[in-house]
Amino acid sequence: MPTRIQKQARQDTMLLNMGPSHPAMHGTIRIMLELDGERIVNSEVEVGYLHRGFEKTCEYRTYFSLLPYTDRLNYVSPLINNLGYVMTVEKMLGVEVPERAQFIRVLMSELSRISDHLTCLAAMAMECGAFTVFLYKMKAREFLWDVIEQTTGARMTTSYIRIGGVRADLHPGFDTVLKKAVEETRSVLKDVHGLLDKNKIFLNRTRDVAVISRDDAVSFGWTGPCLRSTGVSYDVRKAHPYLVYDRLKWEVPLGERGDNYDRYLVRMKEMEQSLRIIEQAAVRLPKSSRAFIAAGLPPAQAIRESRRRRVRTDIALSPNLEGSEGSRYPNILASGKGFVVPPKEETYTTIEGLIDHFKFFMRGHGLRPPKGEAYFAVEGGNGELGFYIVSDGTDRPYRLHLRAPCFHIVSALEQLIRGRYVADVIPTFGSMNMIGGELDR
Amino acid sequence: MEEKTILERLSKEFPGGVRETATSLGDEVVAIDKGALLQIAAFLRDGPGKFSMLLDLTCVDYAGEEPRFEMVYHLFSLLRNQRLRVKTRLSESDLRISSLTSLWKNADWLEREVYDLFGVHFEGHPDLRRLFMYDGFEGHPLRKDYPLRRRQPLIRLKE
Repeated sequence: MPTRIQKQARQDTMLLNMGPSHPAMHGTIRIMLELDGERIVNSEVEVGYLHRGFEKTCEYRTYFSLLPYTDRLNYVSPLINNLGYVMTVEKMLGVEVPERAQFIRVLMSELSRISDHLTCLAAMAMECGAFTVFLYKMKAREFLWDVIEQTTGARMTTSYIRIGGVRADLHPGFDTVLKKAVEETRSVLKDVHGLLDKNKIFLNRTRDVAVISRDDAVSFGWTGPCLRSTGVSYDVRKAHPYLVYDRLKWEVPLGERGDNYDRYLVRMKEMEQSLRIIEQAAVRLPKSSRAFIAAGLPPAQAIRESRRRRVRTDIALSPNLEGSEGSRYPNILASGKGFVVPPKEETYTTIEGLIDHFKFFMRGHGLRPPKGEAYFAVEGGNGELGFYIVSDGTDRPYRLHLRAPCFHIVSALEQLIRGRYVADVIPTFGSMNMIGGELDR
Repeated sequence: MEEKTILERLSKEFPGGVRETATSLGDEVVAIDKGALLQIAAFLRDGPGKFSMLLDLTCVDYAGEEPRFEMVYHLFSLLRNQRLRVKTRLSESDLRISSLTSLWKNADWLEREVYDLFGVHFEGHPDLRRLFMYDGFEGHPLRKDYPLRRRQPLIRLKE
């Protein structure tokens, strides 16, 4: 309950409740406003409506099996969450990831970043009355999610980036779909620039509204596009390069004033940079050495074949198990035994493969990072997405903590809307891109 | 100051407060006494390191060990592009530590979160209340002795 504001409120002011089920409070958050007429004297933000005990749950899951929970943190860009978690565990284990997998990871995280920014700005624009922009951006997002869906098999709950590499290789028609998505997104960005950049209604609602100073943004622990909108050039991809980001050419767009409009503009420019990264990564992606296997056998038949012939090199599994054939492993998964799920055809056809399989999945075995702790951060849609994992040497994390970027950003909301009008809450909150799953955990 | 790392600098500046400095997996770590936290944090923020950002603040429950809780602070310096982890132990009998709200603004919510989930009291926090859980929630869910499946519905569930 927002108790503080109820105690502090003046006699002549009105308390107005916004959320948690308010159309503009996407992501279930409650804001209690103390109003003097239309002006906000004071406010209290209440979070926790989406608290699922992510960190507690993770303590009871193995390193391998908690990956799907990370999809549900920032549900607009699940691939970046996968990446952050996976790279933290890889840091503890010291796994070397093949280059092709690194490029695929970059491709996937940039696609997610664009879809994250698109969603944020679409909602923000819609709430300012620009419904066309919303539809345009959703259209572009669909093309991006088509690419993601065809690669990972899911739109949101991807669990695609695995410890040691990625779940499956890119499909044969990937380049075509990607090209189409990039083209469509570019044209939508152009349209949106035309619709919003000099739009008087949009400017009135965003220009010089909810300005945050550089020092305040740093003091609040802001990262990501919101911090960069104040002119501080900090991007985890540049500051602490991971994967192959330092080999690609791109820039960090900056804002000047730190108002809602700059947060919008920085996100728009960042999407263009992400498209640049995608185009370069798609070209420089190392070739896969694996020829695509057209037809495969169902597992039962594969087992029968292996009994008869004792040859397992020419046994291909049916396409619904695609991604688990050993021939793919050199390019997209680390080669170290014990880090990755053993190839399925070996599990089905050899006793050693079966033992490997059980060694990987049995309780108390599997991935066991050495005792210690690690912090690793990637650049998420909202900023520095960091995982802090404490390992006690068993197959489950002793403690897993997520540094959620929008937690810090939303904690500044009370200060930003103080003294503004009620209507300013909407674009301000929209520009922050609060994601309940990530904030409340 | 460039020839000295921040860890050496810290142990020289606070010989009584710094217990241990280490580098683990490329992260720089300093373990300090909880009494010296506020001083060291202020030094880190305003001193030569310019750790102007409190990236993260959390707690780990080492149940069965003494002292039982460990506070973990992640600081970041934009100037030096460097992260630093500050750790300090708290015993269960005296679960109090000074609040960093006077130094960093996001410490407010972060400390409320730790108070909510671990029950650590932050002295000097202006408004120490639960952040995620509701009023009247019993216990602190991220402690190791809080059962995973314990249910405390706010409203009675339908039979």
